[in-house]
Amino acid sequence: MREAVFRIRDLSKVYRTGNVEVKALRGVDADLFHGELTVMLGPSGSGKSTFLNILGGLDTATAGEVRYRDHDLSSASDRDLTRYRRDHVGFVFQFYNLIPSLTAKENVALVTEIARNAMPPEEALELVGLKERMGHFPAQLSGGEQQRVAIARAVAKRPEVMLCDEPTGALDSKTGILVLEALTATNRELGTTTAIITHNATIGSIADRVFHFSDGRITDVLENETRLSPSDVDW
Amino acid sequence: MGALDIKLFRDLKRLWAQAIAIALVLACGVATLILAVGTFRSLEETRDAYYERYKFGDIFATAVRVPDAKAREIAEIDGVAAVEPRIFEVALLDVEGFREPATGLIVSVPPSGELAVNDLFIRRGRLPEPGRVNEVAIDAKFAEAQRFSVGSRFDAILGSAKTTLTVVGIVMSPEYVYSLGPGDMMPDSRRLADMWMPEETLASLYDLDGAFNSVSVRLLRDANETAVIEAIDDLLEPYGGTGAVARKDQVSNAFLQGELDQLQGMARIIPPIFLLVSAFLINMILSRLIELEREQIGLLKALGYGRTAVAWHYLKLVLVIAAIGVVIGAGVGTWLGRGMTVMYTRFFSFPFLVFRSDVDIYLIAAGVSMAAAAAGALKAIGVVFALPPAVAMRPPAPQVYRQFMGGLLGRMRLFSQVTTMALRHLVRHPVRTLLTAIGTAFAVALMGVAMGTLSSVDFMIDAVFFRTERQDATLAFSSERPGAAYQAVLKLPGVMAAEPYLDLPVEIGNGQYSRQLSIIGKPARTDLSRVLDLDLDPVVLPSTGLALGDRVADILRLRPGDLARVTFLDGQRRTVEVPVTQVIQSYIGLMMFMDIDALARLSGTGPRISGVHLLIDDSQLDALYRAVKETPQIAAVALQSRSRQRFQETMRENMSMMLTVYLTLSIVIAFGVVYNSARIQLSERGRELATLRVLGFHRAEVSNVLFIEIGAIVAIAQPIGWLIATGLGLVITESLATDMFRVPFVIEPGTFAISSIVVVIAALISALIVRRRIDALDLVRVLKTRE
Repeated sequence: MREAVFRIRDLSKVYRTGNVEVKALRGVDADLFHGELTVMLGPSGSGKSTFLNILGGLDTATAGEVRYRDHDLSSASDRDLTRYRRDHVGFVFQFYNLIPSLTAKENVALVTEIARNAMPPEEALELVGLKERMGHFPAQLSGGEQQRVAIARAVAKRPEVMLCDEPTGALDSKTGILVLEALTATNRELGTTTAIITHNATIGSIADRVFHFSDGRITDVLENETRLSPSDVDW
Repeated sequence: MGALDIKLFRDLKRLWAQAIAIALVLACGVATLILAVGTFRSLEETRDAYYERYKFGDIFATAVRVPDAKAREIAEIDGVAAVEPRIFEVALLDVEGFREPATGLIVSVPPSGELAVNDLFIRRGRLPEPGRVNEVAIDAKFAEAQRFSVGSRFDAILGSAKTTLTVVGIVMSPEYVYSLGPGDMMPDSRRLADMWMPEETLASLYDLDGAFNSVSVRLLRDANETAVIEAIDDLLEPYGGTGAVARKDQVSNAFLQGELDQLQGMARIIPPIFLLVSAFLINMILSRLIELEREQIGLLKALGYGRTAVAWHYLKLVLVIAAIGVVIGAGVGTWLGRGMTVMYTRFFSFPFLVFRSDVDIYLIAAGVSMAAAAAGALKAIGVVFALPPAVAMRPPAPQVYRQFMGGLLGRMRLFSQVTTMALRHLVRHPVRTLLTAIGTAFAVALMGVAMGTLSSVDFMIDAVFFRTERQDATLAFSSERPGAAYQAVLKLPGVMAAEPYLDLPVEIGNGQYSRQLSIIGKPARTDLSRVLDLDLDPVVLPSTGLALGDRVADILRLRPGDLARVTFLDGQRRTVEVPVTQVIQSYIGLMMFMDIDALARLSGTGPRISGVHLLIDDSQLDALYRAVKETPQIAAVALQSRSRQRFQETMRENMSMMLTVYLTLSIVIAFGVVYNSARIQLSERGRELATLRVLGFHRAEVSNVLFIEIGAIVAIAQPIGWLIATGLGLVITESLATDMFRVPFVIEPGTFAISSIVVVIAALISALIVRRRIDALDLVRVLKTRE
């Protein structure tokens, strides 16, 4: 029996802006297992980002239950969620979200300074192949390099969960492969439970499982018998 | 309303807190400008009109006894328009129910009742008429203080007899707008009367039939003042003339002028600080707004709005903010101006004084503020004007950061990454950081100057009243007395100690420099009215030689060891050369001291005294006052103990008002600068701060980035503020120093500490207000948008 890291039951999320009500999630059930790499696919507005944000403790559910191991995220306070993000979650975003005034190494150190069981920033950067460039500021790095710094920043704290929202969205295919390789390597070597949102359906082949989102629901879950290496994916 | 104007109002609504913060800073500038210029004008125009209408004299001279015929000769001097020969006397007054002796300064009214110079404004009643021996007109301040009206009576010791006088008129004179009793340091209306009596009454009482002892002259427009003064001095010399003085050295006028100079100084220093700071703040928020609205600017231009129209749109935003500041400032300025004018009527005696709120003052204030605001906007508007639409619609190039000192500090691991973020951001915008610090420094400086002024005055009170003039009272004789008079004073009831003094008018010179002043003779060792050296230690006067006040020494370019040329202006008019033995400290007047016996010897007479300083046993005060009131030889009594008390009362009152005003000004600047700067930082770094939250930093940790930045700026501001405060304080005291009055600028470490604490608290509060916005950051939205 595989160990479920996340247990999600009947999760729904409603956004209210003025008089308009947007139902972003309408009763989602899912389990994410330890060490598993999942890919979330679906059109814009299908709810996959909302799902990921709630898993990451950036947003809270309107109804339903989200459990991370023995933590109930659906009833957690802001302080608890901050603690949860700090100790357990690594994030990677489409627009990198590096701090422009800090060098690559310092961006990683930002996290290692506050995490409990962090690796040295140099080691994290080596993992993504950027040890040589650690003294550079974000503005001096290419998009792919910046995203790899962001990954190094996420893995440096040895997170149990890695959540990536369109990590290759702003990159060309060659750079995208490098970034995905960094993510799969982390997943493999650290056993990090990893979820990746993407628009690119072919990326699904690197995952253990692929979730299809549509209209606020998970409509289909596909299990891959074998995972492809990112470099073998046909872009 | 056009679409752009609707955008303007929406922008203003969104930016209201920042707009108000800037408008308030600007309002302080407008208010202080209107206050200073309006009050200056009210005072100056009232003074000029009063002087003109009531024929205030241009030259004043006194002598011992001048035959009436000489008045005609004075009238014939080239440049003289009118001459008023008169009798001037000082007399002791005894007011029923008022235990202290008061002093009267008595001026004669000619038989015609027409004064050619220094005419009187008659508030009630009439002038005393010739032949009515007991009639007197008194000044309105004394009347008010003693609740006298026409028909009231009081006693005066005139000549050698006590006379009961009846008030027939209550008047005001341009000669006594500010009136000080002999030896007094503070005006005390209850104890000082300016009085006018018929000439013939005074002539017979003081044995001056067919003669006068004081003269005041009005000049023609193009007259040569110096030449007339010399001619008058020549004419009066044989009759005991003690040297004519020009209007600028006339006591009342000099005090008034001092106040005007102060207002002018205030108008020159304070409003520009606020205008500068608001220009900087406008530059800061407009630059940021334009950075944020780059794409909108590009879009507007792409849609076909001309670049002038787009630039004008942003300028209008600035002008609306400035207009709000002008309206608030004009209201507050007028209100303060009215209050200040009312306060002046307590010190100065004018027939009329109202705050002049002329339209042009407001127009000037509005114009200057709008100009300052527009100047602040200039750079940002230039960007709007020049930005090509295609470039505007692309995001700006990323900001390039650098490591300072080659990353050395980073390797030393002195700072956390959060601190590094904050510090690099500061270094990335060095000009803005420095200007923000200077803006904050002005807040420190204003508070520092205000408190420095107070410690300076405190220092002066201590130096003058507690270290120098330590006597309780000073008795001045109507004319010099032989040394035996001193023994008589010692026998008066309640006198515990007494020190004689001799006050002789002289002309003192050194080469081309010369002045008509007094030398004061004192016993070599004094304990009551002391002479202090530059370190404020008591001086033992040598048996020969002159101790010169520092200001006199500067004016005459005399140093210890030099010889001064001294001509005594009374008696035998001897001229002698006297060595300067010491330069001493003097904050009031132009002082020179000598050993009392040496002075008498040098002037060619035997020992004599002009008056006596007293230490009094309080329990016998009434007996002493009664005795003094019955002693015809005593012309005036100065009560230093009362001056001391009044000085402190007045100071306390002025102090709390001044502190409140400066505290407000200082807080407005500190708040305006820090709040705006924090808001800009937040706007520039919202994304970074949200990222930190996503990475698991708590709210308090994220706020630290902001606090560290503001803290660094506020810290840099402190020493700059102390420096500006010291500089401003020195400039202000230097520019206000007159021959009559000098305040040393004293700033204590405690002053710096309090100024800094006030500003730090104001900064902290503004930072806490902005912090609430960090707590409300929308994490998800920030991550979904591109920089």
